[in-house]
Amino acid sequence: MSECVQARDLAEQVARRSYGKLVAFLAARTRDVAAAEDALAEAFAAALRDWPANGCPQNAEGWLMTVARRKFLDGVRGRSREVSTDEMEETAIAISTAAEATEIPDRRLGLMFACAHPAIDAAIRAPLMLQAVLGLDAVQIASAFLVSPATMSQRLVRAKNKIRQAGIPLDIPERSEVRSRLDTVLDAIYAAFAEGWIDASGTDVARRDLAEEAIYLGRIVSELLPNEPEGLGLLALMLHAEARRSARRNTEGEYVPLALQSPSQWNWTMIAEAESLLVRASAMNIVGRYQLEAAIQSAHVARARIGTSDWPALVQLYDALLALSHSPVAAVNRALAIAEVKGASAALAELDEVARDPRLGEYQPYWAARAELLARTGEREEARHAYDIAIGLERDPPVRRFLEQRRILIDD
Amino acid sequence: MQYLLSIYSDESVWPTMTEEQKKQGYAAYMAYTEALKQAGTFVGSNRLQPTSTATTVRSTNGKSQVLDGPYADTKEQLGGYFLIDVPNLDAAISWAARCPGSQHGVVEVRPVWSM
Repeated sequence: MSECVQARDLAEQVARRSYGKLVAFLAARTRDVAAAEDALAEAFAAALRDWPANGCPQNAEGWLMTVARRKFLDGVRGRSREVSTDEMEETAIAISTAAEATEIPDRRLGLMFACAHPAIDAAIRAPLMLQAVLGLDAVQIASAFLVSPATMSQRLVRAKNKIRQAGIPLDIPERSEVRSRLDTVLDAIYAAFAEGWIDASGTDVARRDLAEEAIYLGRIVSELLPNEPEGLGLLALMLHAEARRSARRNTEGEYVPLALQSPSQWNWTMIAEAESLLVRASAMNIVGRYQLEAAIQSAHVARARIGTSDWPALVQLYDALLALSHSPVAAVNRALAIAEVKGASAALAELDEVARDPRLGEYQPYWAARAELLARTGEREEARHAYDIAIGLERDPPVRRFLEQRRILIDD
Repeated sequence: MQYLLSIYSDESVWPTMTEEQKKQGYAAYMAYTEALKQAGTFVGSNRLQPTSTATTVRSTNGKSQVLDGPYADTKEQLGGYFLIDVPNLDAAISWAARCPGSQHGVVEVRPVWSM
């Protein structure tokens, strides 16, 4: 391997492992995330010039830190009108002292709490975290979130300005607030994961990577806050979902619903990790949304062992989830579980209960669930109508084809 | 950092309150101010007269235009403020949440532009 390729590989490796750590560390005091990112970008550029010529350093993270610290302080001094001399000196001393230590303290969690701060617009929290903690650029993030790169960078700049100017701390909140504030962090991670999850076939690299990046963020949270059950629950949920990614499409690229997936296609290493996380979380005796959703995934996995999903358990889990979240999505899935236990008519009655929720009008799975249940009770015309709406709402062609097939089957 | 906590509320409510309720209202603000002082975060505070007393001035091309009334004619009006000095936004938000104004109206939290 040439020196150049080796240097690039090492830089990429360190970027993945240390990017957020270095940003969090540099910006901790000034809250200037943008300046920290700029300094780090310059440090990486310097590394790619220096390492091929002089060889890769033993402590690559420390090397980058030293260069980034210099660039960062230059940048902060350049804006001296906004930062007091005292603050600048304190920053310089703090950064120098810590940089001499062999281990750079891990403040990524504080950075994540800042990115998902309630004072930051909820829609930008996930993109902000992906950028500040993982170093994804605005173009990558924009393509995954289906907005233009210009709009995305504008929103990211605005959010970073807010962190700096409004004084949002890059800190873990006080103990009494950690749990409630953690929810916004977890929601942002899950939003990133969900964006990546939409691309089932895995053809869109930006989206597929997003699911992996979200899992990585989930790992940071569960490692740094090992006693927060919801953090473990979210990681378990994402691992369960990710374990079934490839099983969602057959070799022809057609959609395969969960009930028809072959468990041999699932990634059992991920499932085992998810299950053990869930066991750890439930031992802490504090139920939450993500643990319940992970437990629901776990009850579906039971099919590999007992031949069928654990439907009675699923009804109970959805009951709990619905009581906790009042989510119409949970209500729809609960109705489908009830269909397996008490029959389609009982399930339809449940579905009618939630049909008044205006959010369901444009929710494809609601119409698909309704169509499926109507078909089972023999109400063919209504079932066809519901399938039409479901098909019209779906943007993914394989899922649309699947729904069209189901609709045709009603005639037989 | 200094933050301005601006209290916006429906000013038509105050005149309809009983003397007892008004006394309670005063007491709540007094207690809050004391707590701010005790914590060493208090910088300044004032209550404003109702917007019926407000006058708006705008100067264009060297001519001043003076208008009767507040700048924005909304249901909830700026009724007072607290200026506090705290380490960060989280601290400012937790003080805003304790402010009586967050119960009878809303409190806007904004950092002061430091020169």
